[in-house]
Amino acid sequence: MSTQEVISSPIITLDDVSFSYDMGKTNTIKNVSFDIPEKQVTAFIGPSGCGKSTLLRCFNRMNDLIETAKVTSGKIEIMGQDINAPTVDAIELRKQVGMVFQKYNPFPKSIFENVAYGLRIQGIKNKSDLATAVEKSLRGAALWDEVKDRLNSSALGLSGGQQQRLCIARTIAVQPKVILMDEPCSALDPIATAKVEELINELREQFSIVIVTHSMQQASRISDRTAFFYLGELIEYSDTTDLFSAPKEKRTEDYISGRFG
Amino acid sequence: MSNPFAETKGGAKRAEKLGRIGFGIATYMIIAFAITIFGIITYQGLPTLFNSDGFNSEFLTESPQTLIVLKEGDGTVHKVSFSNIEKWKADNPEIQIEEEKRFSYAGGGIAGPLIGTALLVIICMLISLVVGISAAIFLSEYARPGNFLNTIRLAILNLAGVPSIVFGLFGFGFFCLSRWLPVLRYDRDFTQAEQDAVIGFFRIPFMDHGYVSFEGWGTSLIAGAITLAIMVLPIIITACEESLRAVPKGFREASLALGASKWQMIRTAVLPYAFSGMLTASILGVTRVAGETAPIMFTAAAAAKATLPGAESNNGGLFWLSDLLTDSVQAMPYHIYTLAKLPESEFTKPMQQGSIFVFMVLVMSLAGLSVFLRNRIRKSLKW
Ligand SMILES: Nc1ncnc2c1ncn2[C@@H]1O[C@H](COP(=O)(O)OP(=O)(O)O)[C@@H](O)[C@H]1O
Ligand SMILES: [Mg+2]
Repeated sequence: MSTQEVISSPIITLDDVSFSYDMGKTNTIKNVSFDIPEKQVTAFIGPSGCGKSTLLRCFNRMNDLIETAKVTSGKIEIMGQDINAPTVDAIELRKQVGMVFQKYNPFPKSIFENVAYGLRIQGIKNKSDLATAVEKSLRGAALWDEVKDRLNSSALGLSGGQQQRLCIARTIAVQPKVILMDEPCSALDPIATAKVEELINELREQFSIVIVTHSMQQASRISDRTAFFYLGELIEYSDTTDLFSAPKEKRTEDYISGRFG
Repeated sequence: MSNPFAETKGGAKRAEKLGRIGFGIATYMIIAFAITIFGIITYQGLPTLFNSDGFNSEFLTESPQTLIVLKEGDGTVHKVSFSNIEKWKADNPEIQIEEEKRFSYAGGGIAGPLIGTALLVIICMLISLVVGISAAIFLSEYARPGNFLNTIRLAILNLAGVPSIVFGLFGFGFFCLSRWLPVLRYDRDFTQAEQDAVIGFFRIPFMDHGYVSFEGWGTSLIAGAITLAIMVLPIIITACEESLRAVPKGFREASLALGASKWQMIRTAVLPYAFSGMLTASILGVTRVAGETAPIMFTAAAAAKATLPGAESNNGGLFWLSDLLTDSVQAMPYHIYTLAKLPESEFTKPMQQGSIFVFMVLVMSLAGLSVFLRNRIRKSLKW
């Protein structure tokens, strides 16, 4: 990688990270090193299959679910802690590093219960505590005004965009430091997408956000920094405006000008 | 002008027609059989539930009894249940009885077998659901794919193919006859009283400090229920596993991503949404269990019993439960089997036909209920 500016306050640092789905036979992520800044939006772009989701899922150890998957080299540090160290509890990690998925996936429960889920998991039972947290999270996800009159009706009755914002509300209810978003708008129409982007814009003040997107327009609209991946390698990583206006790498330029991908 | 789309002459067309007729006949034949069977059973059995005073509730509330048929000189016939005969004779001293005949099982009703079957089914389902759901959770959520899992799957598949009579004999040998007495005595030998009371006559010493007794639980409700549970376990496990797997991956991921532990994830984001499928599976299991004769005929069923299950015991609480569980019961399928072996007479016939009818309606409504529930649940699962 050619450009590696020093980021003053990184929340996530990657040092020579490789990742394999098949016990190390082939590496899906190859020797990636970079820093992700705190309280900014960092976008991952790149052609389909280049490993964006895979890397994102390394950050909250979601890949633990796959028996044969493992980080084969390097170190991922979040808030200064090596997250693959034996002393790290993935459950505690996930409370700090939340995730919003590509396909919005609220539970078939009430809107209230969806947002309260993470808190209930942590053993919070007090009704008024829960109500306060739910309202705060729904406001935080710019959803409160739309759903405040039907908190007890099913989340599945909401529109797709509202369901995705509910998933964001559910994530911020746990008060993580980092929010990972894997193509959160790919199942949404343009208007719903705009609302989610607006929301991301507000959330950057409180959270460090890493977002995978297949839309370069989206990356340029919402992100502070952009990382371009190709075949599991980090090709270029810099300020979003720089990356799109003056890419330093040929492959980046080819990709953003639509010559492949 | 010639029609470019004209029908072509040839064998294909005729084969098509013949095929359609053939398949149709096969289908209609099944329907005809079904209607004939249900029709005959209903036509013959329904009258048993109604007598001259309307609905014959005695058939559902009384236990099977011997029927005493009394004939007067002028040919008048009186039918009296065995338990009522003394009272009847006292009440009607003026009637001169010319002839008295007894027909076993032709009096009373089917309350005993109905309750027995209900108890067998309930206890069996309690056992098999607890074990089956646990096993399904283990198989679908915890076990790692590999040889071990494949072996277990093969075992479950084989278990599902075992004939029910084999389960019956196994249960008989394992639960009714043999009993491992985990009595370890290093300090002294069994006293004579202990030996007589606990161990029974047929016993095999086991490694100096215990006995295998061949007087186990005997024919008992619990032995039958466990035997039935072993028989339906494969069905329950397979169905529950499928319901668990049908829960969308998104729920699991969302739950874990919010900081749930694996068990919390299973409990809050998987089981609630697999529950409906498990319910359907268990009802299907119930219909299978309720109808089986072979597994219970050696393990649990008694042909005749004077009292309803549990009514004989004078104990209270847990002791009553233990008396209930270790006593034999009557059961519908076995009762029908018993009735079917009786010599034919006009007095036993209503019992035979009525029992079959009630049993068929019961099992069919359970099956219907499970289909109904499954459809409803399928409709409500739209995630
Ligand atoms: N669970 C998995 N097991 C094995 N290989 C996987 C798995 N998920 C993704 N892959 C492979 O890893 C590569 C990167 O996938 P992914 O991270 O989903 O790409 P992206 O999100 O950039 O489109 C692809 O070649 C994909 O086939
Ligand atoms: Mg992806």
